[in-house]
Amino acid sequence: MTVKDPPSNVRRKSEVFTSEVLETMAEARIRWERAQAEVAAKRSHWKSDFTTVSSMEIPHLVTGEQIGDIDPISEIGVPGEFPYTRGIHPTGYRGKLWTMRQFAGFGSAQDTNARFKYLLDHGQTGLSVAFHLPTLYGYDSDHSLARGEVGKCGVAIDSLADMEALFDGIPLDQVSTSMTINSTAPILFAMYLAVAERQGVDIAKRVSGTLQNDILKEYLAQKEYIFPPRESMRLITDQFAFACQHVPRWNTISISGYHIREAGSTALQELAFTIRDGMEYVEYGIRAGLDVDDFAPRLSFFFNSHNDFFEEIAKYRAARRIWATIMRDRYGARNPRSWMLRFHTQTAGCSLTAQQPYNNIVRTTIQALAAVLGGTQSLHTNALDETLALPTEENARIALRTQQIIAHESGVINSIDPLGGSYFVEDLTRRMVDGAFDYIRQIDEFGGMVEAIEAGFPQREIMDAAYRYQRAFEDKEKLIVGLNAHVLEDEEAIDTLYISDDLADQQIASMNEVKDSRDQGAAVRTPAIKVRPCGLSTR
Amino acid sequence: MTGSQHRILIAKPGLDGHDRGAKIIARALRDAGFEVIYSGLRQTPEQIVAAAIQEDVRAVGLSILSGAHNVLLPEITDLLAKNEASEILVFAGGIIPEQDIQPLQESGIDKIFLPGTVTGDVVAYLHERLSAAAGGDTAGSRHRE
Repeated sequence: MTVKDPPSNVRRKSEVFTSEVLETMAEARIRWERAQAEVAAKRSHWKSDFTTVSSMEIPHLVTGEQIGDIDPISEIGVPGEFPYTRGIHPTGYRGKLWTMRQFAGFGSAQDTNARFKYLLDHGQTGLSVAFHLPTLYGYDSDHSLARGEVGKCGVAIDSLADMEALFDGIPLDQVSTSMTINSTAPILFAMYLAVAERQGVDIAKRVSGTLQNDILKEYLAQKEYIFPPRESMRLITDQFAFACQHVPRWNTISISGYHIREAGSTALQELAFTIRDGMEYVEYGIRAGLDVDDFAPRLSFFFNSHNDFFEEIAKYRAARRIWATIMRDRYGARNPRSWMLRFHTQTAGCSLTAQQPYNNIVRTTIQALAAVLGGTQSLHTNALDETLALPTEENARIALRTQQIIAHESGVINSIDPLGGSYFVEDLTRRMVDGAFDYIRQIDEFGGMVEAIEAGFPQREIMDAAYRYQRAFEDKEKLIVGLNAHVLEDEEAIDTLYISDDLADQQIASMNEVKDSRDQGAAVRTPAIKVRPCGLSTR
Repeated sequence: MTGSQHRILIAKPGLDGHDRGAKIIARALRDAGFEVIYSGLRQTPEQIVAAAIQEDVRAVGLSILSGAHNVLLPEITDLLAKNEASEILVFAGGIIPEQDIQPLQESGIDKIFLPGTVTGDVVAYLHERLSAAAGGDTAGSRHRE
């Protein structure tokens, strides 16, 4: 396969401003620089560090002539048109709001089913399943390594019977489901489809949802992998092939920056490593014989939203522009749907504090607003108690209400990409694009993301950034309210959800019941579905 | 007393892969002059105790965010005792519900650090506890807060 160089960001001279206007703006800028320097000489700034939460330098002021070389059509454009900087839908949020999709899962399948129904009853519009750790690794609840873990970090799913209980009374032709499952994704995907079929739903026409299925970010950040990278990539490209043939409305992967950021990366690293991961999946898919336009439209993304408002918005806008450019120019995709970067956002868990936990509602609101202004397709807002435990029902509801208030009361949905054209936001977006292409080139030099991971490059970059941030926090260069500023000495603990260790015994008992009652012979005799890459079948 | 005289094992029991905290603590202890060994992910109690004994460490720091602390942490202190290694100081950090803290301390976890801890507090804690232990106040002090 030939791999073209990433496009050098060719800039044309602006046609927005005439040279006279540019000159006048430059003169005004000089006047401002003089004026602010005079004031600063008398009274110095109240602090010295005005960088983002990722320690990105932020200009004091961006003026029009500084972005005069950004092309208003080929780099910014309009929503629904290449390069999609301003959004993928021509109708923005007037056509359809983002999907409110709260990540949930704890205890038994019955416990989580009740939480799903509670969230749907309160206006949630999609499901998102958190599985417990043994399921993420493919261990049964009675495995020695599952001791203490059952139902703690997510819902315990050992069998199809558990999966049926999880979605009991929830029509899978009417709700889309996202599943945070990676190493064992093929198994849980199969179970989900089996539940849908048993409900009488036509999986070829009516089932939609998303598998996280992003193994590369497991090596980078989340670390819940089973197999080595290359073998894992084969499992994933096989699923691309299966789904585009049998479950065409399914998003086969959610290429995730979220965990990279939670592991301590900067916003730019999150953006760059996630896009480069996406490119790796595209390259492996093409090498597996698939046509890029058969599977690329079903690739989806998942980003974090941290506290630094404009940095986040610029990140989402940059992500769309970079992906469209790479898909069209580097991989030769012809279908516009292959160029569109669709993404889910989760507000930053790592930004929340155990201290004065109600402050977390405010943080989450700012982060959710950034995601919406950045044009997210779906959103999870964290509950205020998530540094302490999985959320209580009440706190989960407040988190959902946060999204509903933004959607229905703030008015930010009325106009698409309302920050587009802001000198500052366009400049920041461009810096994100340029910075990401620099990282992409570095990873290309390793031979690709798998090779870069094997060399430990992105892992080191993330860890160094995490340690720098910790130092900046401990040296009070970065202030976190309630932690190193405005601290309360005596805080009252809040009530949290407690998952008892007794659950494990019940879960193991019900799993043994399934094992005792099933017909193992029938399971062995059932032939596997033969998968043929759809690209090969049609071309 | 500087940290350089002490060897510390930072270990991750449980299945979760959240190693940001463990690695930051390991690096901060290293920068403070301790000799630090990091176990890597998904270590069983048996593996952690074997490493602690073989490496002859003064203290073991356990990082766990999976929720399995009630089962795995007491197993580690039990195994240390069975191997006559109770003089090794055991501390922990992670997402530990308030109600689990006292039972864990009773099982021999000397100190539990919660979200929001600064690394300097961990360094100061180890200096204090290990210098106290060097003065002859060893295993018996492990149940003191």
